[in-house]
Amino acid sequence: MKPAYFLLHLKKDLHLEWRSKDAINSMLFFALLVVVLFSLAFDPTQDASRKIAGGILCVAMMFAAVSALNQAWARELRNQVLDALRMTPAPGASLFLGKAIANFAFVTIVEIVLAPVFVVFYNLRAVGNGWLLALVIPLGTWALIVNGVFFAALSIRTRNREMLLPLILLPIFVPALLGMVMACSSILTGETDPALWIKMLAAYDVAFTTLGMMLFEVILHAE
Amino acid sequence: MKLWRWLFLIATLAVLVEGFRVALWVVPPDAAQGQAGRIIYYHVPSWAAMGLMFLTNLVCSVVYLAVRNRNHTLAMKADSLAVSSAEVGVIFCLIGLVTGSLWGRAVWGIWWTWDARLTTTLVLWLIYVAYLLLRRFAAGPQMRTLAAVMAIFGYVDVPIVYMANRWWRTQHPAPVFGGAPGSGMAASMMPAIWWNLAGWMMWGLFLLSLRYAAEYRNQLAEQQAGLAALEAGPASLAGQAGR
Repeated sequence: MKPAYFLLHLKKDLHLEWRSKDAINSMLFFALLVVVLFSLAFDPTQDASRKIAGGILCVAMMFAAVSALNQAWARELRNQVLDALRMTPAPGASLFLGKAIANFAFVTIVEIVLAPVFVVFYNLRAVGNGWLLALVIPLGTWALIVNGVFFAALSIRTRNREMLLPLILLPIFVPALLGMVMACSSILTGETDPALWIKMLAAYDVAFTTLGMMLFEVILHAE
Repeated sequence: MKLWRWLFLIATLAVLVEGFRVALWVVPPDAAQGQAGRIIYYHVPSWAAMGLMFLTNLVCSVVYLAVRNRNHTLAMKADSLAVSSAEVGVIFCLIGLVTGSLWGRAVWGIWWTWDARLTTTLVLWLIYVAYLLLRRFAAGPQMRTLAAVMAIFGYVDVPIVYMANRWWRTQHPAPVFGGAPGSGMAASMMPAIWWNLAGWMMWGLFLLSLRYAAEYRNQLAEQQAGLAALEAGPASLAGQAGR
């Protein structure tokens, strides 16, 4: 795979988002709403919030990302852009990689904006190694995005595609969600060692990124 | 049904009856759990059969992807077998979850706990239900390709389930079969495992063969209907031109 191709796709996606800001705005507002709703639903104390904050952040990001990923490929359907992309000599894997990196960047921006709000709302202070979060969150986000972009492309040409994406993405994503939530709470509470969960997340990322790159060509050209 | 299938069914039922007899009356009760421990003779064979079904599903999906553009008949057979094995596997997974839940109620005092082994198994069940849903929602021949890709993704979860109670300390007991040295079952109890393992595997294969035959015929009929519709168009046009 030539690096130039996926950089081109990446540039195009970043450009589109820079002009419209659709995905980032909708994700940001959606995730903020989920955070507010959860804090109303649970009314957590400081100790309790340390335990559940990791889970709430992950689930909020997950719902927000799913709503945006549905649009990630839908914008390629307009004017038959997707068909045009299929006819180009560029390998499918580079299209996939470009799209995944672009969406990873959008979700990361949302997380960076949201994190301070989150810390304030839930009164958080990490007891364990806070800097490890800078490793756990991107790993978990990549796990979500790489699968999400893949399955969004898979479900784009089916009936009920908006419904189908969460139905097939969430079960596949559960092991990574588990790892991310467990790692976050063990860092925030400082009670257990998150190393095992971080390794598991990394292994999950490697496995599913490889699988996605290998099989994307097949679903892109499925007729 | 064909003759061999009747014979196979009779053999299966005979093995299941013998397995039931051995499991309930021949082997001794479990030292720690008493009579409740006998549920293992149904719990473990369900998982073994489920493993076989999901492995079949994976192999058939890979075969389908490999030959779909070259050998149409083989691809259709592989796809029919893939969907049938996923359906039977989901049933065995459900039986395993339910027997495990009953057992948990008897021994742990709870129906369900969110430990890694149980959770990942439930996730496995959800993944294959999602696979079957995808086959419903997607239309046309592209659905088979998409489903085969989804099956490969789903199967990656199987090793995670398998390793779950080796990596993590869980409420579910450590593996009895093929685990650390010192694990394993008393020799006096093994006959019940073997009979039930054989019986439920045979029952699974029987269901699989029935479901596969129905699915393959269904796909064949669909294909012929499609071809007939294609032929009807030009032929009737030619007829009109000649008139």
